[in-house]
Amino acid sequence: MLKTFKYGGVHPAENKLSAGKAIEQLPLPKKAAVLVSQHIGAPSKVVVAKGDTVKVGQVIAQSAGFVSTNIHAPVSGKVLKIDTVTDNSGYKKEAVVINVDGDEWLDEIDRSDTLETSINLDAKEITDKILQSGIVGLGGATFPTHVKLMPPSGMKANILLINGVECEPFLTSDHRLMLEKGEEILMGTQLLMKALKVKKAVIGIERNKPDAIKHLSKLATKHEGISVCPLKVKYPQGGEKQLIKAVTGREVPSGALPISVGAVVNNVGTAFAVYEAVMKNKPLFERIVTVTGKNIEKPSNFRVRIGTPVNELIEAAGGLPEDTARIISGGPMMGKAIPTTDVPVTKGTSGILIISEEAGHRKPVENCIRCGRCVQVCPMGLEPYLLMTLSENKKWGKAETEKVMDCIECGSCSYTCPANRPLLDYIRYGKTSVGQIIRSRK
Amino acid sequence: MNKTLTISPSPHIAQGDSVQKIMYKVIFALSPALIWSFIVFGLPAIFVTATSVLTCLIAEWLIQKFLLRTTPSIKDGSAILTGILLAMNVPGNIPLWIVIIGALVSIGIGKMAFGGLGQNVFNPALTGRVFLLISFPVQMTTWPNVTKTVVDATTEATPLNIIKEGLKNGKPLTELTNQIPDYTDLFFGNLSGSLGEISTILLLLGFGYMLIRKVISWHIPVTVLGTIFVFTGVLWLANPDRFMDPVFHILTGGAMLGAIFMATDMVTSPMTKKGQIIFSIGIGVITVCIRTWGAYPEGISFAILIMNAFTPLINNYIKPKRFGEKQNGKA
Ligand code: SF4
Ligand code: SF4
Repeated sequence: MLKTFKYGGVHPAENKLSAGKAIEQLPLPKKAAVLVSQHIGAPSKVVVAKGDTVKVGQVIAQSAGFVSTNIHAPVSGKVLKIDTVTDNSGYKKEAVVINVDGDEWLDEIDRSDTLETSINLDAKEITDKILQSGIVGLGGATFPTHVKLMPPSGMKANILLINGVECEPFLTSDHRLMLEKGEEILMGTQLLMKALKVKKAVIGIERNKPDAIKHLSKLATKHEGISVCPLKVKYPQGGEKQLIKAVTGREVPSGALPISVGAVVNNVGTAFAVYEAVMKNKPLFERIVTVTGKNIEKPSNFRVRIGTPVNELIEAAGGLPEDTARIISGGPMMGKAIPTTDVPVTKGTSGILIISEEAGHRKPVENCIRCGRCVQVCPMGLEPYLLMTLSENKKWGKAETEKVMDCIECGSCSYTCPANRPLLDYIRYGKTSVGQIIRSRK
Repeated sequence: MNKTLTISPSPHIAQGDSVQKIMYKVIFALSPALIWSFIVFGLPAIFVTATSVLTCLIAEWLIQKFLLRTTPSIKDGSAILTGILLAMNVPGNIPLWIVIIGALVSIGIGKMAFGGLGQNVFNPALTGRVFLLISFPVQMTTWPNVTKTVVDATTEATPLNIIKEGLKNGKPLTELTNQIPDYTDLFFGNLSGSLGEISTILLLLGFGYMLIRKVISWHIPVTVLGTIFVFTGVLWLANPDRFMDPVFHILTGGAMLGAIFMATDMVTSPMTKKGQIIFSIGIGVITVCIRTWGAYPEGISFAILIMNAFTPLINNYIKPKRFGEKQNGKA
């Protein structure tokens, strides 16, 4: 029996259209708009001014607190302006806009493909390098990685989990990375192990990626302490708490962080970025983005500089289909519908998914038939139908005791409801309201 | 780029199941047993079913249109299902006007008075049935005679009736068992009863289909039947002269129909598996109590309605296991 997490979960059609497509370098944009808030935590502070010339890899905005990070120039050229641009959620946010001129990198960055395998830094130095290089969780959560490497006092990690699950339908960027940059991912894993001072790391991969499981398992034999754990296919196995449960059997208590059960989770993309940052001196200014959708001409995986407008990715994949209704940044289960194709790629952009007219519209909401399916599929053991009703009626106290804050917003409940009830929409509203109440108590 | 993009929160895909599809799957699952009842009871059974379904549809449409002033939703199939289930719970030769009353009660009181689909506390078809049982006890317990798939005009008592009446009159059980069909006949449906109560195997076929299509899970039917089996088994072992054996109990009366199609009604059964098991044990126990000691020979309808009343309570107290919940002091 393959391992998986215990409660709930759904099996959406996988639709991994671009799984067989090797990663291609996307041509540089003419203009890059680099948002200063691409991560969870405080927005970074801009340290360049209009008219400055920047090189690729140069810091353009600095970390503004413990939970924050640096942001680097993804292109070389002149800073055109520091202005607001529309981000994923449709809000205008501060960004550094750079007019691209050539492709001049900082000298210290090693641009060669040679694999570096000797680690000369200690734990503190590795963590520091990760912070300097602006690494954040690349699975989509964008939590600054150095924070995860510095557990609160009294807590200690004893296992590192590398998330190669990629349970979102359509997305294939992690899959491709595992196939093409396996060695680098394992080196990145070693660096993270050293930074955390743990002896054991497990890479979790769902068995719908047998080639990646085989490849990494083979490579892992050369790395002490690292193993690959094949997992049953089930959404949302890539959720931090679900992955920990699946691989180790440990259950992160309600409201607590993974470190409370001694686990730290990082995405394979993050492990790769850590390798590049520490061994190649290359800060995080590009990432792999899957561009996909049923009606897209050429579903692809691109290596993209941060700040590239989304429409350039879509053009490279064959252009926007006529019947497009929605464009999603991320996967279909948890991604965000973006308001325009002008929004720039950020550190958290794992994919661009084009959804067509007929699949894009929500069906009319019907009465709840109390079928219990939402309860059955909730990976957190919640009762979505109840949380929705409580949110509708603003019963915040009861919503809190029914654990609304535990919801990981995986969307399994809304996905599965035969009555098309917008469960998660209401639960999010509930979470926001209850969250405010909890904070005001402190 | 001046295309209008839809912005809506995640998730952006749906499984694609619908209330309508679920209802039609249940109806499909019921059809073998229903068709068998047409064969056994002939034309009257078809009339009873047609009357019941039509009345339910018309009643629902009228109430939604003129009383609740909402868009009628009869296309969702739930009214058809209620109609069929009601028909399957009455004798094949019952006067049609009684069927109409039952259907009106099912939809009007059982469903719409609570606010429509999903809001009702009691199973609508059973509400109608029990209303009829209380109001028209004679007609509801007069069964057409069935002798090996040939229907004749005289009426016949159901196996449960024979046993109950016989025991009341002090006859020994051995004498009574000679009067009831043997178990193969019970299993394949050569016996007297309400339309849908007669063929165990076809009801099980429907159960299998619903399991495969994931309309329902095994928990409710298996627990209800299991409870009846175990409870009657204990009684039988204690005193085989006074109590019928457990196989008889699960093969007769409405046990199968009730366990597979009535107790599993989503609206009126608990949400969690744990809750469903408690609910089902309750149904089993109450059914046996009524059959053995109560005034009626059959009790599963009452048992389901009683447990329906407890469903909100069960939902309130039986919670799913929360992820990360502390257990025995440790996480
Ligand atoms: S899945 Fe939908 S219809 Fe079923 S109980 Fe949950 S909210 Fe109600
Ligand atoms: S309630 Fe939250 S955690 Fe549970 S299924 Fe819905 S979105 Fe996922």
